[in-house]
Amino acid sequence: MTAPTAPPELVQLLTPEGERVEHPDYDIDLTAEEVRSLYRDLVLVRRVDLEAVALQRQGELGLWASLLGQEAAQVGSGRALTDADMAFPTYREHGVAWCRGVDPLHLLGLFRGVNHGGWDPIEHNFHLYTIVIGSQTLHSVGYAMGIQRDGAEAATIVYFGDGATSQGDVNEAFIWASVFNAPVVFFCQNNQWAISEPLEKQSKIPLYKRASGFGFPGIRVDGNDVFACLAVTRAALRNAREGNGPTLVEAFTYRMGAHTTSDDPTRYRVADELEAWKLKDPIERVKAYLFRNQLADQEFFDKVEAEADQLGKDLRARCLALPDPEPAALFEHVYAEPHALLAEEREQFTTYLAGFEGAQ
Amino acid sequence: MTTLTLAKALNEGLRAAMDADSKVLVMGEDVGKLGGVFRVTDGLQKDFGEDRVIDTPLAESGIIGTAIGLALRGYRPVCEIQFDGFVFPAADQIITQLAKMPLRSLGKLKLPVVVRIPCGGGIGAVEHHSESPESYFTHTAGLRVVACSNPVDAYTMIQDAVRCDDPVVFFEPKRRYWDKADVEFGAPGLPLDRARVAREGDDVTLVAYGPMVKTCLEAAAAAEEDGRSVGVIDLRSLNPLDMPVVREAVDRTGRCVVVHEAPVFSGLGGEIAARVTEQCFYRLEAPVLRVGGFSTPYPPSRLEDHYLPDLDRILEAVDRVFGY
Repeated sequence: MTAPTAPPELVQLLTPEGERVEHPDYDIDLTAEEVRSLYRDLVLVRRVDLEAVALQRQGELGLWASLLGQEAAQVGSGRALTDADMAFPTYREHGVAWCRGVDPLHLLGLFRGVNHGGWDPIEHNFHLYTIVIGSQTLHSVGYAMGIQRDGAEAATIVYFGDGATSQGDVNEAFIWASVFNAPVVFFCQNNQWAISEPLEKQSKIPLYKRASGFGFPGIRVDGNDVFACLAVTRAALRNAREGNGPTLVEAFTYRMGAHTTSDDPTRYRVADELEAWKLKDPIERVKAYLFRNQLADQEFFDKVEAEADQLGKDLRARCLALPDPEPAALFEHVYAEPHALLAEEREQFTTYLAGFEGAQ
Repeated sequence: MTTLTLAKALNEGLRAAMDADSKVLVMGEDVGKLGGVFRVTDGLQKDFGEDRVIDTPLAESGIIGTAIGLALRGYRPVCEIQFDGFVFPAADQIITQLAKMPLRSLGKLKLPVVVRIPCGGGIGAVEHHSESPESYFTHTAGLRVVACSNPVDAYTMIQDAVRCDDPVVFFEPKRRYWDKADVEFGAPGLPLDRARVAREGDDVTLVAYGPMVKTCLEAAAAAEEDGRSVGVIDLRSLNPLDMPVVREAVDRTGRCVVVHEAPVFSGLGGEIAARVTEQCFYRLEAPVLRVGGFSTPYPPSRLEDHYLPDLDRILEAVDRVFGY
């Protein structure tokens, strides 16, 4: 007699050692070209992040929120989206932005303080970064309700972290999505830390299990496994588009860097933890898989590396060349229609500034 | 011409807005089958369906947050917050998201969301049902804030608010919901950001909005019996303020009293007083006075008659403004 096997809690299709494993509910069939392309995205996204951290350290950015360690969760889920799907990010989804075709320069512009996000959210179907924790979950559900009313074949995906699951807005978004059966995928990157607070401060149960209380499925995926993230998100999005309502995906991952460049994680977590997660690195396992199965040779890896170097170099040059906005930009885009008070203040300020013209 | 209550005028205005644009939605607590606790949305769900008139879960942040998402998808949601004191759970979404997203997107996103809030006291209600939270919103750049005072304005202003591409916080004077006036369907009103001279006057100008307009008009009528000519301005728009209309009136009278139900301290009256002082300085015969609520939370209803400005408190201020 054999004991019944409990369903595996963590969906994994690629082990940290780069071994392909099967899962009863989720599978993925990727060509060699597709795997190489995923690998390339992971490497380039990490390089953008690295360059941004360096630019912040050199005083060129006011702040940066590093995605180090979360590349697979972001690239896997980002690549699962169709053009018609809409993504709602936090402020750390640089990898998803990459998948949506957003120029990383716009991300740098935000953290440099040139604007609050210069990309066109409509063109890319990638909303602006939201800094207030969890607010965007409601926007995503509302947008999904719009999709329902349009009768369109699309879904939304909304990103948030483990800390955000404590927010009222996130819980309200779960309720709304559930009762309206909205086509939305809640993609929670549980990176174990909300600045200094570990998951135990947010939840007594695994986060994906929260979904059942709201009346929709929750699933935990290995957030460092790009294959699994792609497969699980693809299935959840398809489910949503087909009218079967929301899914909560908990991507179990790790924030390998600081919360932001202003943070010092040595004050609250031990180095051993980071070392253990380094062994589960999201990029190394894809490289091992490509090598092991002879799907890529050294020349390919060298080429990606060179491309990453060039990307970093270009990005740095373009970041340094970003002009500061003109002073009168203060008054732009606050309102869509003419506003008497703002027009008056703009006029006064412009006159005031003009008084300095020609002064030494 | 049809005689309508203010509530019915809003209802007819919403109906016209929904007829004119299929993207207009109404959402909130009890707005569907019940027609809203004040019946402002009465019959709309029956006529426009559950997809356009949405009974939402009981969570105000959720109402505004999902309305933002719907607006991002091209809809024009009109949200009802059931009572003034219940807007605060939604304050985060209104202040950090609704007001700021157009700027955040460098103008690529428009958020034509209307937030309707029944406001003010005088109906003998329990706590949180009688407040005047307009200053929280007038202080937030990115929002337009308006207040209607009568059925005629209610009918056109709600349609203009729906048509506006900016987010509009729309205050409705709940104790005036049952006031009646003749409304002409299809007739255009003043632009949404314009003040209205509700009564001409030569001696003193009362500046008010929402529920206090009627009280001020009554005070002006009473003052006339004492031989004083009191003008009343109905601001209609609280952000932006239509200062030219206020300035023109105060330039003539040289005396100004601002009246609102909200606490005087840090209230909109302070802003108006400062602007009138700057713009009419050489015409003023007296400092601008303010009449409003006290620096207390809204009191239990047995005390509200003492808290709310009434005809006598306004007339007392009119007397004082002549004492300088």
